[in-house]
Amino acid sequence: MNPTTSLTGGTTATPRAPERALHAWQWTRERLFQSPAGILGTLLCLWLLLMTVPPLVDWLIVKATFSSPTAQGCRNAPGGACWAFIAEKHRLILFGTYPYDEQWRPLLATLALIGTLVYSAARRTWDLKLTLLWTGVLALVALLMWGGLFGLSYVENVRWGGLPLTLILSTFGIAFAFPLGVVLALGRRSKMPAIKALCVGYIELIRGVPLISILFMSSVMLPLFLPEGMSIDKLLRAQLAIVLFAAAYIAEVVRGGLQSIPKGQYEGAESIGLSYAQQMRRVVLPQALKVVIPPLVSTFIALFKDTSLVVIIGIFDLTQAAKAALADPAWGGFGVEAYLFIGAIYFVFCFSLSKYSRSLERSLATGHANDNAGK
Amino acid sequence: MTEENTGAMPPRPRARLSWNDPALRALVYQVVVVALVALTAWYLVSNTLHNLAARNISTGFAFLDREAGFAIGETPIDYTPADTYRRAIVVGLLNTLRVSLIALVLATVLGTLVGVARLSGNWLVSRLAAAYVECVRNVPLLLQLLLWYALISESMPGPRAAHHPLPGVYLSNRGLLMPALLGDSLAWMVAALAMAGVGTFLLARWSRRRQALTGHPMALAPWAVALFAGLPGLAWALSGAQLSMEIPHPSGFGFAGGWNLSPELFALLVGLVSYTAAFIAEIVRSGVQSVNRGQWEAAESLGLRRGRSLRLVVLPQALRVMVPPATSQYLNLVKHSSLAVAIGYPDLVSVVNTTLNQTGQAIEGILIIMAAFMTVSLCISLAMNAYNRRIALVER
Repeated sequence: MNPTTSLTGGTTATPRAPERALHAWQWTRERLFQSPAGILGTLLCLWLLLMTVPPLVDWLIVKATFSSPTAQGCRNAPGGACWAFIAEKHRLILFGTYPYDEQWRPLLATLALIGTLVYSAARRTWDLKLTLLWTGVLALVALLMWGGLFGLSYVENVRWGGLPLTLILSTFGIAFAFPLGVVLALGRRSKMPAIKALCVGYIELIRGVPLISILFMSSVMLPLFLPEGMSIDKLLRAQLAIVLFAAAYIAEVVRGGLQSIPKGQYEGAESIGLSYAQQMRRVVLPQALKVVIPPLVSTFIALFKDTSLVVIIGIFDLTQAAKAALADPAWGGFGVEAYLFIGAIYFVFCFSLSKYSRSLERSLATGHANDNAGK
Repeated sequence: MTEENTGAMPPRPRARLSWNDPALRALVYQVVVVALVALTAWYLVSNTLHNLAARNISTGFAFLDREAGFAIGETPIDYTPADTYRRAIVVGLLNTLRVSLIALVLATVLGTLVGVARLSGNWLVSRLAAAYVECVRNVPLLLQLLLWYALISESMPGPRAAHHPLPGVYLSNRGLLMPALLGDSLAWMVAALAMAGVGTFLLARWSRRRQALTGHPMALAPWAVALFAGLPGLAWALSGAQLSMEIPHPSGFGFAGGWNLSPELFALLVGLVSYTAAFIAEIVRSGVQSVNRGQWEAAESLGLRRGRSLRLVVLPQALRVMVPPATSQYLNLVKHSSLAVAIGYPDLVSVVNTTLNQTGQAIEGILIIMAAFMTVSLCISLAMNAYNRRIALVER
């Protein structure tokens, strides 16, 4: 894909004069009323906007109830959103059933995770120190969430919930699925038939079935797999399912990167006498991973969204917390508001990640994989 | 994994029992890995058998013939709670296939439209399409399904005050009601429509061949219209004009007649279609953009208009780029239909979930789900790969 035109809405066919030179009316004529079909499109869009935007604004803001101690206040003002519900329940939705007085701990853990994510977005921070930082932050998050040390009271993980749980499931999911995915990708490219067959079988099996069936498997079958008397915590089981699932997808992305490395690179590495492990670690993988960073980020976005499926096996993530808030009989019937609120949270995360992925794509558009770019 | 070296090495003089022999090393690695996997599998299986015995659960698929005893909301084939689990699961599978098939067609159409709209020179059209794609792609599908379901079941008025956008169409918290076609002629007319489809396809092939031989193009559209209008009409007349339209009308506390799209199915369809369409739109956009600008210019210099250049020159080339990622979107759509369980549409996963809660046959249940999805996925990828081979660029 040509990175310079990919975001401009594609004006590939008819090159135009620079927009700066156009006056407002010229611009309008050029971009909105350039042909009969264009006029039709514009009118259609205007009609669509007119049909949707005013009622939406009306519902979202004008007629909405922003604060009310009880649901009755909302019910007395029909035709508008009930944001009072969110105001009342935001702590339950964001932090689940974590002990009320201790909710600064999940808040701090969430901020630490988000802060580290933002910090790692800059490419100049990508080195060994970042790995150490992440290890430290994950340890801090564990300490904050579990407690039991330094005077923090112990909170068992069945009481964790909401946004921190969503972030933890996806961060740990990526952290463990990534190395597993790389190993699977290497295995799939291996020339040893038995190893290749095992990896292909695993990847295709996992990618062929829905994530829910793997979550079900981890929640109902895993207890059967273990020796009697031994049990794995419910949250850990869900995490395990997510890791096993994501690894198969990451493996396919990494395989794409490995395939894009010219044979000469493998041969060059071989000719200076590197062992297989050295070849991969020092020559092939760094190049392959760099090529696939944008699709990897897309995979991470998908994984982040997919963590919402743990609702199905009753893990208390953001969505489940919203459902719990809706289950309060005093405040029932505001599902649309609750889901819009969570949807907005997911949107902020996923949208920034995808914008980030595109900026990376532009800044990484060098090297043999993108030789045709910009021509 | 070291025998990448073998290509560069001279022919080995003789097998040595040494760690430096790459072939031997590869063999040892494989034996170790396979043994480890087999051991783990054996360990898990023996644990499972022990646990099942301890819980008095018998393995095997014998439970399929027992009476299910639960009702299913939507049944494309006859089903009562007195039927067997086997039949209940078939009903679930049919529901999954039905929703996937409808969603697949609608998502392809909507996705292509939005993808082309994103490329439009019209600022408003392309911005709106982009906004749609960004909003839909960045929110989990599960949440969108819950949102659509909440919109229908909470925010829609009751049947008495149902929205009535078109005559005979009602939208309420009972779902969407549409006029239904009934009558003995219907089956014949559907068959005639299928024949018209096949006829048009054959005609298109014949006209392509003829053009290749003689250079004379043939206008296909009038023939196709004639086939699609004429054949069903003929079938209608020949089968005795047994066709009536049943228009839903309010009755009592609900509606009578017509074709009812339940709130669950409606939410699932809208969610699946809008979500998948956003991804297909991106595939269409990148496919069109992957076509070299020179192709547009060449088409333009031949005097083709923008629409015709898109259809005749650019899209056929873009298809090559689009088909493989579109295939995986189709596979995703089928897998995503399993989220139906969250809003109570009785798809395969939902029915099997009820079954395994009642019988405790967790392993068999999950095996059935996995096998069913693997089979459907395999069929889709086989079909799409066959199509891909047909349109792929043939080089030397």
